[in-house]
Amino acid sequence: MTLLGNLALWLALLVGIWGALAGFVGGLKDRPDLARSARHAVFAMCGSLLVAVVSLEWALFQHDFNVEYVAAYTSRNLPIFYTWSALYAGQKGSLLFWATVLSLFGSLALVLTPRHHRALLPHVAGVVSLVAAFFISVMLFGHANPFQRLPYTPLDGNGLNPQLQNPGMVFHPPMLYLGYISITIPFAFAIAALLSKRLDTDWLVAIRKWTLLSWLFLSIGICLGMWWAYVELGWGGYWAWDPVENASLLPWLTMTAFLHSVMIQEKRGMLKKWNLALIIGSWLLSIFGTFITRSGVISSVHSFTQSSVGYFFLAFLIVSGVASFALYANRLPLLTAEARLESMVSREASFLFNNLLFIGIAFSVLWGTLFPILSELVQGTKITVGPPFFNQVNIPLGLALLALTGIGPLIAWRRASVPNLQRQFAVPGTVGAFTALILLVAGMRDLYAVIAMALGGFVLGTVGQEFARGARARHRQYGEGYALALGRLLARNRRRYGGYIVHTGIVILFVAFAGMAFKTETEASLRPGESASIRSPYGWTYRLTHLGISQYDALNRQVTAATLEVSRDGKRLGVLTTEKRQHVDALGRPTFQPSTEVGIRSDLREDLYIVLGGVVNGTEQAVFRFTINPLVWWVWYGGMIIALGGLIVMWPGGGGPAVKRAEAGYSVRLVGEP
Amino acid sequence: MTADTRTGGQADCNRRDFLAAVAGGLVLTVRPRVRLTAQSPDSLPGTGPSGRLWDPARAGRPLDPVTTADNDAVIQAIEKQLHCTCGCNLDVYTCRTTDFTCTVSPAMHQHVVGLAKQGMTGQQIIDQFVREHGVAILMAPPKRGFNLAGYFVPSLLIVAAGVALTLVLRRRVRTAAVDAVPARPLAAAGTPEELERLRGELDRLSV
Repeated sequence: MTLLGNLALWLALLVGIWGALAGFVGGLKDRPDLARSARHAVFAMCGSLLVAVVSLEWALFQHDFNVEYVAAYTSRNLPIFYTWSALYAGQKGSLLFWATVLSLFGSLALVLTPRHHRALLPHVAGVVSLVAAFFISVMLFGHANPFQRLPYTPLDGNGLNPQLQNPGMVFHPPMLYLGYISITIPFAFAIAALLSKRLDTDWLVAIRKWTLLSWLFLSIGICLGMWWAYVELGWGGYWAWDPVENASLLPWLTMTAFLHSVMIQEKRGMLKKWNLALIIGSWLLSIFGTFITRSGVISSVHSFTQSSVGYFFLAFLIVSGVASFALYANRLPLLTAEARLESMVSREASFLFNNLLFIGIAFSVLWGTLFPILSELVQGTKITVGPPFFNQVNIPLGLALLALTGIGPLIAWRRASVPNLQRQFAVPGTVGAFTALILLVAGMRDLYAVIAMALGGFVLGTVGQEFARGARARHRQYGEGYALALGRLLARNRRRYGGYIVHTGIVILFVAFAGMAFKTETEASLRPGESASIRSPYGWTYRLTHLGISQYDALNRQVTAATLEVSRDGKRLGVLTTEKRQHVDALGRPTFQPSTEVGIRSDLREDLYIVLGGVVNGTEQAVFRFTINPLVWWVWYGGMIIALGGLIVMWPGGGGPAVKRAEAGYSVRLVGEP
Repeated sequence: MTADTRTGGQADCNRRDFLAAVAGGLVLTVRPRVRLTAQSPDSLPGTGPSGRLWDPARAGRPLDPVTTADNDAVIQAIEKQLHCTCGCNLDVYTCRTTDFTCTVSPAMHQHVVGLAKQGMTGQQIIDQFVREHGVAILMAPPKRGFNLAGYFVPSLLIVAAGVALTLVLRRRVRTAAVDAVPARPLAAAGTPEELERLRGELDRLSV
């Protein structure tokens, strides 16, 4: 099967190169035969890469340890679930996964794009083929071939890193990959629009779903990554400003900026240059993230091992960045706005400032991530840029963005009058001020936490007001009951009200982040029967009694489990177990250093988080770290609400702007609206 | 499979059950044998103040009991500013309370505790670490020299871009107002209330 996999890779490379040539020439020379051939090349490349994936999975499930990749990431006793996910657990497999999904997305884009965007498709096929061919060439020429064989066959493989043996890690990397990869489709349409000089809103309409899909995958991937870090890494947090975490945040920020600014182009024909630059920038940042993860240029807990692959990505990043922006610069004269800003106090202006903040935060994250390299170049000394730096720089920016989340929807398009502003801001402003007052009276003194929660109240006030007004209008106009009116409001204006649901999720996330300011932790070494206490920021006290330690063997690990009885203010809550796991191969040989399995007791207010550090002198006297993390579940709920909002926005149907206007009796056509 | 079939009663085992049983048997045969290990009695909970574990090596590196200094808020605050040099990218406190296989962060912790016992203040301890390891030992670079660029360039650029954006937008708004040809009303203009209602309605309908 590895021979088949290798052949499939070579075939995919050749077909990809042909697809790129045929696509670009077919598009530029207006040759339908070449355009058709490019389309077929993308399908053929997808088929070949799927064969390569099946070949690698076959080798993984057959435990063909003569294949270097299989021996490096699996073992005979690895659960099937994780044997499957070993496909993207390592550098080489993840490159194959990337190329395959890209060709699959490319095929879907070519099939699903409506006919009236057909003129763009040859270039789209060309870009997708080119990018996929690059990934395949990295595998074939960058010593990253997943089908490479060893000169001998080990009895068993190394097994999968214990930290990757977590359900979160099965879903988190593919979700992020899907986010990164799917950005290539909007990018391909942007390049197609530039090459074909079709720079009206046509290409934007074609990529609407794709941009939302990328954003949704990135959002879910980032949230799953936070969950994995929290339950698996054991440091008691979910975001550490690690370079690889930052790399995933960068395209999310620029894509979110685009999702806002694109509304101005669709509605007013403005910001054409900006939107194109955002799409190109987002794609380059996704490649930059891949470069960071795979080059080893910046140390990170998430990185793959350092390899020559990084140089390929750096070269690709530079070449594609220069080529894309050269083309962009060449087409700038064609990108003139169709309307002008009429007032500084307008929705358009607020979106511009919102974009400024998104890009500003992206820049500051990028700046902080790269600053150690820059410092070494300038000062000759290496420095560390950790969470204190990022928090100091980004918290104020994040709070300003949260404020704009509430302000934006309150300001009218084109121009807002003073009475209009007064009417719009009254309720949300009151809710925000009232929230701050309650928190201060309740004794909260952490400035950032109070501001974050007060702004959260303000944004929720805005969202609530928007829903209430919309439902009331439907109730008045159509006589619908309020529940039905609310449902129909959401169904008929999915983009707008789905967006508000996303804003709600963002507020919940910010409140959760603010909650971490009240994290408390303590260490204790306990003999069986001994207890330790930890006081919650809510005022109650947890008492944790060490019951004892048991040791047993499981499928691929030897477990040392400590059990503790938990009570709160004298009331027994139950028992919690935290483990040390020594993973072994099928021959019983240790494969990795012992890892920690955290014991967590969650409710909506806080998490009790227990880590077994180890034992004293080989006895049952154990060292524990007890942490109370407030509002952690709000992060997961916030993430779910964001995903729900994103799905609502993406859901097909619901009627376009023209339908909504027709419904109201208006005959106004939007810019670029057919 | 029902109880009857297992006890040799009337067989009501259909083909699907039979195949499932065969497949289950195969899985049990093929799957790696789980090594069953007996626990020594003193590893059971509650049998002693601190009985020995059957295999202490499975529990990772042996640790020392927690001392008062380990939970000292001042020590923790200092350690949160120091970068563990084991390559983990974490601060000393987080590393020593998370990665229990690490031997670097406990040693750095002992060093911090030792310096504190000598009567050094937090800043003096941090300065001592900087003298020994260089500025890379700090979790955030000191705010001096070129590092100031690290802290302030993003904020300054955002402020500068914000000011520039405001100025450009104001100029464009003014130009747009001058360029705008006053439209001759085709019909009687609406009352302010009607216009406000129309604006509100358009706003409501906007996507």
